[in-house]
Amino acid sequence: MSQTSILPEFVSRRSFIELDGRSRAESLFDEGISKELVGPFDRISSPWLPMQGIAPQADDGCVVIKGKIGGMPAVAIALEGAFQGGSIGEVSGAKMAAALDLAARDSKAGKRTAAILLLETGGVRLQEANLGLAAVAEVISSVLALRPHAPVITLIAGTVGCFGGMSLAAGVSSYIVMTREARLGLNGPEVIEQESGIDEFDASDRALIWAIHGGEQRVGIGLADALVEDDADKIKTTIREYVQADLRLEYRSQQVRLYRDRIAALDTSEQIDPKSLRQKWSNGTKGGSL
Amino acid sequence: MSEHIGLRGRAWFQALTEESQPASGDPGTVLAAEAQIGDEMALFLAVVPNPSSRFPCVRDGQVGLEEAFTLAAHVRRVIAEDSDRPKEQKRPIVAIVDVKSQAYGRREETAGIFFAAAVSADAYASARMAGHPVIALVAGHAFSGGFLTHGYQANRILAFDDSGIMIHAMHKEAAARITRRSVAELEQLGHEIAPMSYDVRDYARLGLLHKLLHVNDPQHPTAADIEAIRRDLIDAIRDARLGPTDLSNRMQSASAKQTRKAGIAVRAALEAQWQNA
Repeated sequence: MSQTSILPEFVSRRSFIELDGRSRAESLFDEGISKELVGPFDRISSPWLPMQGIAPQADDGCVVIKGKIGGMPAVAIALEGAFQGGSIGEVSGAKMAAALDLAARDSKAGKRTAAILLLETGGVRLQEANLGLAAVAEVISSVLALRPHAPVITLIAGTVGCFGGMSLAAGVSSYIVMTREARLGLNGPEVIEQESGIDEFDASDRALIWAIHGGEQRVGIGLADALVEDDADKIKTTIREYVQADLRLEYRSQQVRLYRDRIAALDTSEQIDPKSLRQKWSNGTKGGSL
Repeated sequence: MSEHIGLRGRAWFQALTEESQPASGDPGTVLAAEAQIGDEMALFLAVVPNPSSRFPCVRDGQVGLEEAFTLAAHVRRVIAEDSDRPKEQKRPIVAIVDVKSQAYGRREETAGIFFAAAVSADAYASARMAGHPVIALVAGHAFSGGFLTHGYQANRILAFDDSGIMIHAMHKEAAARITRRSVAELEQLGHEIAPMSYDVRDYARLGLLHKLLHVNDPQHPTAADIEAIRRDLIDAIRDARLGPTDLSNRMQSASAKQTRKAGIAVRAALEAQWQNA
């Protein structure tokens, strides 16, 4: 009896979540056809962190890899959740916006270049506050400039999740792919508890957090497109399908009336139950499933 | 300061449009009206506090679900109505910004405020990319997700040169807590590190602003103030029409070249390496 046959699948699979940002991005490309741009050896790091006694990182926590996925040109931009919580600074934000802009330039010139955003981030880096916020606005703009010409795919695997301003970048993407371990929201539970009190949100309530922000729920209510297992091969396959997908005429974030009506129909006299919301919203969404 | 949030936004919306009531069908937190600016009509939008909003976490002037979708609906309507017009005839859109923040609420997170905010940012950016001059007039506070939802996709940002203006990623108390500093330390740091500052003159050093505007008291505009600000808006609209429809101008001012050096360098390096990859 071979060893593989007696081991359950989760033992032999390659975890994606356990990879760092760079390895995650690399794992999406066709073998041997990818190259990192403005990597650590280019040494463009945050000028603002050392001024505050914080060690910068030579890639500022943002990895850009260009290559081919399923034979098609693509660029992956990964935030490294382990550096400053994946926060967006001047350099990491500019790197992301610039890669999107170059993908748009190539796409408009006839060389369709998809972008994959691997988002593990708590939001704007407070040590670079206004330059981080400005960078987020620019990233959102750059996603929107590329989206009519090539797919922009946000992949949130966990475990940091995608919060703060970058959740808007996810929101305007062509597609959002999440694992069960991933979370997506504008405000994290701790921030809500801090700002609005523990009665509004108990940040220690793990079940509540996952019921609201978790990948299964986000896909379940139609605000994300695909739920994937924490398996590097399966994630690679899913991303490849979206990279190769035909462009759509309308994306979710353009469907104002549908979602405005849904909000108007909500009973806000008490907290909204995530499960019943899933029942209400699961049908009729023009989601991005292939 | 927080008790004043929304008052300036409302004051300037009234001054520029002579309207003060929400449009029919809109929540009480969004003001939207078309009014003359120069020799054309423009759409003016503001988010204001509404103590009786059915969403408790937006009552103090935060931007929540209804606000984001309502802003987007108005902007999308103007884009659609002007879709056949040549660029120079597309109506300007003026976002009057005086917002405390995004809404920090459980209802909002459950129903996907991240997405609502994205829908609004998409609408503003789409208007800009279609050729509408989109101008943000920061009349008070412009915080974080509130600003990303309402105003930060503008091609030109104007702000009053006044101590009541605050543009930032997070309010002082929270930023101090998270970066483990006192509010006093944070304020001191802001003077040395421009992007950390809560002072609009430091914000101007980042190169993101088109212009600082001068009036005596932004909360109580005089007829002369209103005339002067109208002229500034007309200039900004004209300037926006002359420029590209992306946000590249935010990198090109003299102050941006100084303060955003690292961001400009990383962009140049990426472009240089892109072709050969």
